[in-house]
Order: sequence, then structure tokens, then C-alpha cells
Amino acid sequence: MTLTAVAATNERRKRQHPLVTLLRRPEVGAAVAALAVFTFFSVSTPTFLSPAGISTWLYSASLFGIMAVAVALLMIGGEFDLSAGAMTGTAGLIVGVLTTEWGVNIWLAMALALAVALLIGAANAFIVMKTGLPSFIVTLATFFILQGCNLAVTKLVTGTVAIQGMGSVPGFDQVRVFFGSSFAFLGMDVKISIVWWMALTLLATWVLLRTRGGNWIFAVGGQATSSRQAGVPVLKVKLGLFMTTAGAAWLVGMLQLFDVSTVQATTGIGQEFIYIICAVVGGCLLTGGYGSAIGAALGALIYGMTLQGIVFAQWDNNWLKAFLGGMLLLAVLVNLYVRKQTGVRS
Amino acid sequence: MSALLEVKDIGKSYGTVQALQGVSASVGAGEVLCVLGDNGAGKSTLIKILSGAHPHSEGTLLAYGEARTFRNPREALDLGIATVYQDLGVVPLMPVWRNFFLGSELTRGRGPFRRLDAARMREVTRLELARMGIELRDVDQPIGTLSGGERQSVAIARAVYFGAKVVILDEPTSALGVKQAGVVLTYIARARDRGLGVVFITHNPHHAYPVGDRFLLLNRGTSLGAFLKSEITIEEMTALMAGGAELEALAHELERPRP
Repeated sequence: MTLTAVAATNERRKRQHPLVTLLRRPEVGAAVAALAVFTFFSVSTPTFLSPAGISTWLYSASLFGIMAVAVALLMIGGEFDLSAGAMTGTAGLIVGVLTTEWGVNIWLAMALALAVALLIGAANAFIVMKTGLPSFIVTLATFFILQGCNLAVTKLVTGTVAIQGMGSVPGFDQVRVFFGSSFAFLGMDVKISIVWWMALTLLATWVLLRTRGGNWIFAVGGQATSSRQAGVPVLKVKLGLFMTTAGAAWLVGMLQLFDVSTVQATTGIGQEFIYIICAVVGGCLLTGGYGSAIGAALGALIYGMTLQGIVFAQWDNNWLKAFLGGMLLLAVLVNLYVRKQTGVRS
Repeated sequence: MSALLEVKDIGKSYGTVQALQGVSASVGAGEVLCVLGDNGAGKSTLIKILSGAHPHSEGTLLAYGEARTFRNPREALDLGIATVYQDLGVVPLMPVWRNFFLGSELTRGRGPFRRLDAARMREVTRLELARMGIELRDVDQPIGTLSGGERQSVAIARAVYFGAKVVILDEPTSALGVKQAGVVLTYIARARDRGLGVVFITHNPHHAYPVGDRFLLLNRGTSLGAFLKSEITIEEMTALMAGGAELEALAHELERPRP
């Protein structure tokens, strides 16, 4: 076979239209959908575009967004974490119980909560990696354990299922500057969590696309055996991803705790799937190795806008779930189509 | 000129099973050593010894004239002996350039600002592939969109770029069609012309003969002999591989009875 023949086989590959190249970006579908949802609610209810309205749905999106971005990284790395939702509650409850019941210094309590969260994340990673069991099952178990402990321990210590009186804990106002404050911007009352959300989305995007670690995340999710052969430390990468998700859960727990100065023992339960849905709507493949942090953030934005938009429009709240399901199905179909368009042979 | 990689009377037993015994062969710079044999002939055991996956238990292994026992693949790799396995070690959804540098990425900057040098990696990938005669329109396309032969060639180019002196190819053509196999054979010849030692493992004499300089024939874990190209014809090789007399007997058996 001569080289001209080799070149000839290349010519058989169709030149791709620039639009197709753009559509290949994992987050494009979510961007289009976000714009559509935004336009729809802007037209159908005036409250949606008012400064108060915007800051409400942005705040709502930010709490889901922080988790969705972390979960997206984990999913690109080929794993799931179903315990992420319950873990936001665990982190908040630990701080609440330690400070209100036992008078532990608030900063120390927060550090302890972070340590526990990271430890749970590391445990998830170790069990998944050492046994080879699917992370779906392992973290489902962790989810139930956390859900049970959150309720049982809180009841045991406080006698109720919620932590009260956080506001009177010494140092509360200091911590609140970082996790529960807000500032005025263009007439809006912007919560600090929105800043965290945007900063973390940018950081995650940079890590994914422009660092070695990011390259390795795509690689371990795409083909773990090949990555290992190429010298990628698969265990370390996955450990880092599970711990990042746990760290994000801690952050969201703190943001919720210091915003409303109370925490329920049921906080976060049922939200783990919303994080995954946001990530998938943002272009993550369920099979790993493909996705985007910005996409996941847009997925959370869609969710936040819909969640609040339905309230503003005074519709029945139950439509949200139906919308969410439809959105997910659509996203999965679009992902499937895009994957076929890129022409990847198995 | 001394051989880059040489085995003398090498053997390997797993417990009581003698997988390989008394095999001798060598490959020098700019040479292609073809290792031929049917299934179960001991080809994989020989690769495992050469690539460092399993240490040998008998005989000697010489790398650059020095006796060695590889305990793990890293040791072989550090001496410039790279193995390209059948599954190629690529991640299909990732762009060609990211695959090319996977595990050995080029970076710029320091500390927390250490980042991928994407522009240079793209450029090097394009250049290195061009040197192997692979012209890609776009190194950003997922490597999964390349054909089997092209992927194999990218894997070879990768091994060469990262300092391999000897490339061991584990059945690179066996899963490919006639044309794609031809592409890979072209790249093997190219790697040879660049002064590399190539160990080409295959069960197909028609792939081995055109590109090989030396031939090692294995059967049931033992050597049927090592030959230079001038010492053997493709017919003799095919006959030897199939076990000569056995094949003749089979031919008689399969012959139609005359009416």
C-alpha cells in the first residue's frame, strides 16, 4: 500500500461543517435549552425578570450548580455518587449539633464536618476501586446509611429532627460573611453562593480542559485499562473525584446552613438525582469519558429557572417533575445523536 | 553490530507447565524480527518476557548486550523497549493529541498555574504522525474516529516519540482487513527505516514475510528455528508453522474420494 492510497482513505472522511464542530461541544445543547427556558418564563411571567426574581432563581440554581459541577467531574471520570445529596445534610447537621448542643467552636466544627465529608468520599472511592463494584450500588448504600444516621443521630442528640438556634452561636456572623451573606449588584440582592458557583464552574472547566489532572479525568472515565497502561494513576484520580464531590457537598451544606441558620435532618435527600440530571442535561455521558463543567452549570441554571419560574407563574408545582423528566429524556437523546455524529467507533 | 535485544535458550515455566523452552533470537537496529506461531505456540509468553510483564525462568535475555531480568514493564520501558498491545491503550472519545501524550503530558508554568501546553502537543503530534506517513486533517478529532490501522500506527508513533529503541507489536494486523493490514506493514517498514528494532508478532506468514528480516518460528512452546530471510521461503515457512507432515496428512484426509 502506497502513501497516496493512505491519503486517499483520509479523503473519504467528510469535511465537517463548522456548525457540526460547534454542536459537538457537550454544553451546546444545554445552552440552547437554557435560553429557551429563560425566554419562555420571561414572556409568561413579569416577576421572572424583576431583580428579586432573577436573584431568586440564580440562588436556587447556585446550590444545585455547585453540586452538579462536582458530580459532572465525577461522571466524566466514569463514576456516580448517589450519597452526594444526603452528604450536604450530614455536613450541615454535624456543624449544627457540635455548635448548638456541645458548644464546639464554629470554625473547628466546620473543619470537622469537612474532614468527615472527605472521609466518606474517600471511603466511597476505596470500596469502588478495591472491589470493582459499580459506584451506583456502593454509593446507594452510603446514601441510605447517611440518610438513616442524619435522622437517628439528630433525634438522639437534640430530640427533634431539626437544628435550631444556630444564629446565637458565637462566631456565626463572622462565618456568615463567607457562606451566608449577600451584596447589591445592579439592583439585585446577590447571594454569595452564586459567586461560589461561578468561581467553581470556571475552576472546574480550567482543570478539565487545561491541566494534566483534567486529561486524566477524561481518560479514566473513557477507558480505565488504557489509562493505566499509559501510566495514569487511576486510583488517585478517582479518589480525588469522590473527595471533590464530598467537598462540594460540605460547601453546599455550609451555604444552606448559614443562609437560613437552621438545618433539617432530611436536608439534601432526593437531590442526588437532580445533580446527575443537571450533569446529563449539560452533556455528560452516563458511560463516562465525556462531558463539561459549564454544561452541568447550565443544567443547574435550567433547573433553577424552572423551579422558581413555575412558582412565579403560580402553576401547580408538580409540573416541575414532569418537566424534569422530559428534559432528561431529551438530553439523553441529544447526547446519543451527538455521539453518533462524532463517528466514534467502539 | 550487536543486537538491541537478544534471547538465548530462554524459557518460562508457570508451576509445572513449561510454556516456553530453549528459544533463541535477536533483533538489531533497523531490523524486523517476526515471531510466528499458531495459537498456543508460546508467542504471548515470549512477549511477556520481552516486555517485562513476566520474568523468564531459564536462559538469558540481553538488552544492548547486557544480561537482564525484567521484573515489571517499567524496567523494559526505561531501557527503550516499548510494547504496543492489541487494545492499543487508547481512549476512543479523546482527541488524537490528548491520546498521544496521555500519561506524559507536556506542561507549562509552575505550581497551581501548571497547565497543559496544548499548542505544542498538537504540533508535536501532527509532526510525529507525519514522520510516520500519517496525515490527519485534524488532531482534535476523537481517536475513535480513526481506522484500526491508523490507530495502530498512532500507537507506534507514540512509542517511538517517547524514546523507544525497540518496539514490540502484539498481533497488530490480526484484527484488520487486507488494506488496513497493509497500512500497518507500511508503518512497520517506516519504523525500521528510522533505525528501530521491531519485534512483530503474528500468526500470518503473508504479513510477516514481506517486512521481516529475521523469522522465529514457534510451536508448542519450543523453537522450530530462527531464520534469516535468505534462508527460508514463504512456502517453507507456512509448512513449518502448520507442522509440515501434519498438514500433508490433513490434505490427504480432506481430499475427495475419486469416483
